[in-house]
Amino acid sequence: MKTTYRSAVHDAIADAMRADETVVLLGEDVGRYGGTYAASKGLLAEFGPERIRDTPLSELGFVGIGIGASLNGLRPIVEVMTVNFSMLALDQIVNTAAALRHMSGGQFSVPVVVRMATGAGRQLAAQHSHSLENWYAHIPGITVLAPATVADAYGMLRTALTHPDPVVIFEHVALYNLGDDLESLEATDIRTAAVRRSGGDVTVITYGGCLPKALEAAEELARGGIDCEVIDLRVLRPLDDATMLESVRKTHRVVVVDEGWRTGSLAGEISARIVEQGFYELDAPIARVCTAEVPIPYAKHLEQAALPQVDGIVAAVRGLFGESPR
Amino acid sequence: MTDQGLARELLRDMIRVRRMEEKCAELYSAGKIRGFLHLYIGEEGVATGSLRALGADDAVVATYREHAHALLRGVPMTKIMAEMFGKQEGCSGGRGGSMHLFDASRRFYGGNAIVAGGLPLATGLAFADAQLKRNRVTACYFGEGAIAEGAFHESMNMAELWQLPVLFCCENNRYAMGTAIDRELSQVDLTAKAESYRVPAASADGMDVLACNAVMRQAVEHIRTKGGPFFIEFRTYRFRPHSMFDPELYRDKAEVQTWRERDPIRLFTEKCTAEGLVNDDDIAAMEQAAATEIAEAVDYAEAGTWEDVETLGRHVTTPAAAEGAA
Repeated sequence: MKTTYRSAVHDAIADAMRADETVVLLGEDVGRYGGTYAASKGLLAEFGPERIRDTPLSELGFVGIGIGASLNGLRPIVEVMTVNFSMLALDQIVNTAAALRHMSGGQFSVPVVVRMATGAGRQLAAQHSHSLENWYAHIPGITVLAPATVADAYGMLRTALTHPDPVVIFEHVALYNLGDDLESLEATDIRTAAVRRSGGDVTVITYGGCLPKALEAAEELARGGIDCEVIDLRVLRPLDDATMLESVRKTHRVVVVDEGWRTGSLAGEISARIVEQGFYELDAPIARVCTAEVPIPYAKHLEQAALPQVDGIVAAVRGLFGESPR
Repeated sequence: MTDQGLARELLRDMIRVRRMEEKCAELYSAGKIRGFLHLYIGEEGVATGSLRALGADDAVVATYREHAHALLRGVPMTKIMAEMFGKQEGCSGGRGGSMHLFDASRRFYGGNAIVAGGLPLATGLAFADAQLKRNRVTACYFGEGAIAEGAFHESMNMAELWQLPVLFCCENNRYAMGTAIDRELSQVDLTAKAESYRVPAASADGMDVLACNAVMRQAVEHIRTKGGPFFIEFRTYRFRPHSMFDPELYRDKAEVQTWRERDPIRLFTEKCTAEGLVNDDDIAAMEQAAATEIAEAVDYAEAGTWEDVETLGRHVTTPAAAEGAA
């Protein structure tokens, strides 16, 4: 079955809504417009405006409504147009959704799923292109997912909708057109990282929109005789340390590729964990490939220069083997 | 003519709340209660009159000044006091404290210490009730300071737009911490403000417990029969500082004194005495009962136990065994 990341998100929502009448979709332009990234196109016709709920431009309000509704018998999927806009809803996500269970002494679960687009590459400049996954991954009480494959775009959303606590899902804008040929779409776990390419020389750890770049870099490096293992984190909180460490024990070299800015990044957190738990396994310093520390620029060549690219990943890997960058 | 049974219960409850909080202030000075402690003294008529208009199936969302609401919603005083002591027998297991009292069994959703943070949550609870065709009301309490927050605007707009059964209860005590209402809001006519969203609105004298009860009953009835939200402004005043750290530089003693002359307990005691609904012996008995209840609550809190630090990590996420199938 040939499908795309966008269709997989769509099908996950549709299948969940067919299976469970308490599932609703809330967000800006999810209905008549069909979704900013067309992930909900056609759902209004099947499920009606009560369950496919177009909201006003009120991120704080409608994310909070999703949280409240999840406490009272619904299974809301809240779509926020981009991670940049989700800043307007941070209070409800951090101070209510993530904290409510704890500050009530375990009395209230908040089974809300918040989806949002993330990442750059479409020349949308500095208010629509950032990767702030690490902000959310910092917060105890929420699960943070970054599906990077078509199978996970479907599967992780389905599983998120069975999870008792808040889940934030990041869909990278560069992945929506990603295609795949799958036998079927099924629920996938929301606990583990996945080894997307096995290799023995170096571990490349990444997530989301950088996965295709890491895999492409690995193919190029393979032609030069360096065999990369590529790990797709999939779950950004809680991080799957075991999968990372198992790979490090095999390869002894690590490159982390992260579309977030380097300062305070997930790449920094991953590096620290590997050093804490696998310092004596390392044959070289950990290298990081991150976004340049500028707000994302509009001009295409500048935007591309700011982001992690295949060449940069290749150079970082080669650097670990004492090879100077090309 | 006032119903004698109702009058006695209202007076009894205001006395319970007042004396409980006076004890809290004492215990705060003694170091038994820590953190922030926001007293409701002066405002008792609002919660006492209004909460009893709700049924057991309805929901309550409150603020960090919520001791009265918790107690009058039926949370045992023992559990409230133990929570303020930080004991694991508290109504939030000692994880919340004074600002985060919760009780799922009574549909009491806290205890929200982000100003206006409860409004989207309450609107979401009501959203679920509307979606699931339940005839239930969610009462959301907040101060007039919350009206300056965007969450107020967003919640009012969506509640009316979607005709959600949420009862917005504004406890207008005239100060957002130390900022007077006319220094924080361009429109100080709060019912006019609510009506600008087309939300039906009423205003009541918050120092008159019967008026608070009457307006709340009308509002609940309106929501149950006509659907959609309702807004009530309770005009009240807090006699004590904002919290225990407030030196009260922002208001005159004379102003406080003027309002103290309209103490809701004093006014109602005078009224009930004049109408022959209670006599001095009745009042003495109420005071004695409150004193006994408070003594038992303090004993319970003192006898309570500290949670073992071994379980520090509890309540952040739902234990794995309770999760749905992945």
